[in-house]
Amino acid sequence: MISDRIASVFNEPDCDKNRAKSDVDRKKGCATKGLTPGAAAGGCAFDGAKIALQPVTDVVHLVHGPIACEGNSWDTRNVGTKGPMIYRWGFTTDLSELDVIGGGEKKLYRAIKDAISKYDPPAVFVYQTCVPALIGDDIDTVCRVATERLGKPVIPVNAPGFVGSKNLGNKLGAQALLDHVVGTLEPDDVGSTDINIIGEYDVAGEFAAVEPLLERLGIRIRACITGRSRYVDIAAAHTAQVNMMVCSQAMINLGRGMREKYGIPYFEGSFYGIGDTSLSLRTIAKMLVERGADADLIDRTEALIAEEEAKAWAAMAEYKPRLEGKKVLLYTGGVKSWSVVHALQEMGMEVIGTSVRKSTEDDKGKAKRALQQNTTGKMGELFGSIPNGEMYRMFKDGEADIMLSGGRSQFVALKARTAWMDINQERHAGFEGYAGMIEMVRQMDIEINNPVWEQVRLPAPWDEVPVALTPVHTASAATPLAGAAE
Amino acid sequence: MTHHAPASVTKVRKALSVSPLKTSAPLGAAMAFMGVEGSMPLFHGSQGCTAFALVMLVRHFREAIPLQTTAMSEVSTILGGMENVEQALVNVVKRAQPKLIGLASTGLTETRGEDMIGDLKLIRARNRELDDVVVVPVRTPDFSGGLEMGWGKAVKAIIETLVPEEKAPSSQNRVNVLAGSHMTPGDIDELRDIIACFGLEATILPDLSGSLDGHVPDTWIPTTLGGTTLDEIRAMGWAKATIAIGEHMRLSGETLETRTGVPTTQLDRLTGLEAVDRLMTVLSQVSGRPVPTRLRRQRNQLVDALMDSHFAFGGARIAIAGEPDMVWAYATLVSGMGAQLQAVVVPTEAPFLSALDTAEVVVGDLEDLADRAEGCDLMIANANGRLPAHRAGVPHFRAGFPIVDRVGSNHRVTIGYRGTRDLSFTLANALMDVHEAHGTHGQDEQGGYGHTPITLNTEQEG
Ligand code: SF4
Repeated sequence: MISDRIASVFNEPDCDKNRAKSDVDRKKGCATKGLTPGAAAGGCAFDGAKIALQPVTDVVHLVHGPIACEGNSWDTRNVGTKGPMIYRWGFTTDLSELDVIGGGEKKLYRAIKDAISKYDPPAVFVYQTCVPALIGDDIDTVCRVATERLGKPVIPVNAPGFVGSKNLGNKLGAQALLDHVVGTLEPDDVGSTDINIIGEYDVAGEFAAVEPLLERLGIRIRACITGRSRYVDIAAAHTAQVNMMVCSQAMINLGRGMREKYGIPYFEGSFYGIGDTSLSLRTIAKMLVERGADADLIDRTEALIAEEEAKAWAAMAEYKPRLEGKKVLLYTGGVKSWSVVHALQEMGMEVIGTSVRKSTEDDKGKAKRALQQNTTGKMGELFGSIPNGEMYRMFKDGEADIMLSGGRSQFVALKARTAWMDINQERHAGFEGYAGMIEMVRQMDIEINNPVWEQVRLPAPWDEVPVALTPVHTASAATPLAGAAE
Repeated sequence: MTHHAPASVTKVRKALSVSPLKTSAPLGAAMAFMGVEGSMPLFHGSQGCTAFALVMLVRHFREAIPLQTTAMSEVSTILGGMENVEQALVNVVKRAQPKLIGLASTGLTETRGEDMIGDLKLIRARNRELDDVVVVPVRTPDFSGGLEMGWGKAVKAIIETLVPEEKAPSSQNRVNVLAGSHMTPGDIDELRDIIACFGLEATILPDLSGSLDGHVPDTWIPTTLGGTTLDEIRAMGWAKATIAIGEHMRLSGETLETRTGVPTTQLDRLTGLEAVDRLMTVLSQVSGRPVPTRLRRQRNQLVDALMDSHFAFGGARIAIAGEPDMVWAYATLVSGMGAQLQAVVVPTEAPFLSALDTAEVVVGDLEDLADRAEGCDLMIANANGRLPAHRAGVPHFRAGFPIVDRVGSNHRVTIGYRGTRDLSFTLANALMDVHEAHGTHGQDEQGGYGHTPITLNTEQEG
């Protein structure tokens, strides 16, 4: 039953948010939070599950529902993977009125069959949505029957939108992997330095800045869940030595589940920011050594960190004179803001505030401490969600020179003629690792110092008080031709 | 026009839709409501539907978009959504003070069989704070129709809610225009100018030119800014005539005519010489004035442009996909200059497309388009056509909704003599790029022609 599964996800003991809650609050779950009719924003559970799993690039992601769910959203995320493109194609049963009246299970089965015969994927992920959930389509059974008859794994992802938020959906997606995928394949090349990276979506292919670092240390990524992964990698993920949880809250249940089921220890880390990248590498090395890898891994890791950090800071120093003193508003739900805050401050920028909408208490504490480090001495603010009108006013009043946010609030900044940079899933630049931080600073320099800002802020001639009207004529009189005519 | 056998309009029978061409009806309704001044569209459904639609609209129009949700949960779906509708209306009024709220149902609430319209009466009766806001309810289940249908239903609902049922004395110089969803903000501006050339004033509903044309305001307004005003809509019965543009506006045109007695002229499109000629005839009749010199000159330019362009179109094979009325406008334009319609795909049933000069019109998705597009010279489709175009190995010209990866598409003018002229040039240039690429590169590595995707720079015209 979907309600049982949701209840178990709500009870997630390793979720910081949950630990902080009272029993009563915990029962209410994450679903009811923040959903005020007429004042809500944000995606549904299906959205969250799809985001979490879509970067599995070689499977068919089949959305069972009317057109609203997939038709309005497919192919919006770039995973930087070369290779299979099948994840980008957008598959749906596109339920019609007749299907809704008669039930959609048969159509779903046929759709699965067609997907397998036409695209031959290693697996099909089937996503439940609100309408078929309401009419009682049982996707678990359809998937089980399809797996048996068609000979390919067909994985039910039971996260219809109305059960809750995107965040809950991330977890339900991860749960589907734990229940149906991880541990279904035994690889023949298990090594002592294999790790999984969980909650890494490889936005704009940014993981490419991290993978070579690990490679240089002889660390192999068994599965990157789910950015740039293939189905078989995830199926064999239970053989890794260590799990790193990147976006920790999103898939914490997967990390904990794998620890319980397969004894794989995990830690929470991030590849955003110089310090965080180093810390993550260090932790991976330490944990692998504890699990039996050669002890020299630790020294080699330290050497790599020292070298890379020095290179990165040197490269970033170039941008400092152009960024110093500029004011930044960080408005993000996803990226761990404090690790970015540090890099910005290092550039001499003043972080006027950061949003902690979707953060845990622990995250908030870290963000707060980070904001105290503004070199200008001014303490940045922690924001919840800022209404568009208020945000617009902040820009108009010059409280920030640039906003780093997701695409949705982009136009609030632009309408106020203020610089803006994308740091969410739809962006086209990668910001992970040492190279990513340099790239972020470089992009910020390009954006904030673009001459267009001066131009677009010029008042129209009719808005200005006329000063002197004569120079035009005087100028023309000075030209030789005009002089000759006189 | 050449005479040809009617095309068959066939629905592809398949359980699996791949690379959907369809966008949902509530999204179409939301777009229409955005063409009304001071409005706030509100989806009665779960929050995810709103979030998806919002993101898509923001990315297409490159504007902040007002759109809210009644935020139905699993529990409220089972218990009934009236309370959510009530709270949402009250909250929206409190936070944004809209003049109009467009309340669109979704698949979820329609499946449950909510009586949204009945509920609304009760809600209004017990919430005096809603007295000053117009609420337009419209039933748009996601499982029925697509963007054009939602748009059409919303416009009809706006008329039914706001235009009084009475025959009013008609003003001498006002015309109503019921604009289709395939018209860009640029098109609307152009049409208003054309109408003004005849000394007429237009009430255009919906009017995206005011609200989604990329202006930069001086203050932040949480609802739409610009668009048709409520007073203009209420006064539509005073107009001398109504022009409905596109098949999906037909029903709204009829509704307006029945309510007010203002005669409606149905125009299938405003792109192409013949089509614009028809518009001129109507405007000339309504205004009692001859077609102004300026427009006569533009017609001449268009005739010349068609002749200059037709060399590129003659024999060219074109694959086209989009909402039916957009497809009709583009397809008739290109086949009118000798291009072959190699593949035509629409997301929803559209019997009127049987008049196209092609063997088959497919009701399907972009996979169907890709399957039929191989070897063609140009694919015309929304931004999602990029993968299918890549797969079929053909260049891609972006048109329709959504266009998320090019700037300026909202200012593209495709109507009137001038708009048709520029569109013909743009498309002809795209085809010439293709011919040139084939000519200079010759055979590609596989020994075939035209299977190398070519990057076109065709979005912005001068
Ligand atoms: S809320 Fe439900 S119906 Fe709406 S997009 Fe999400 S899953 Fe689909």
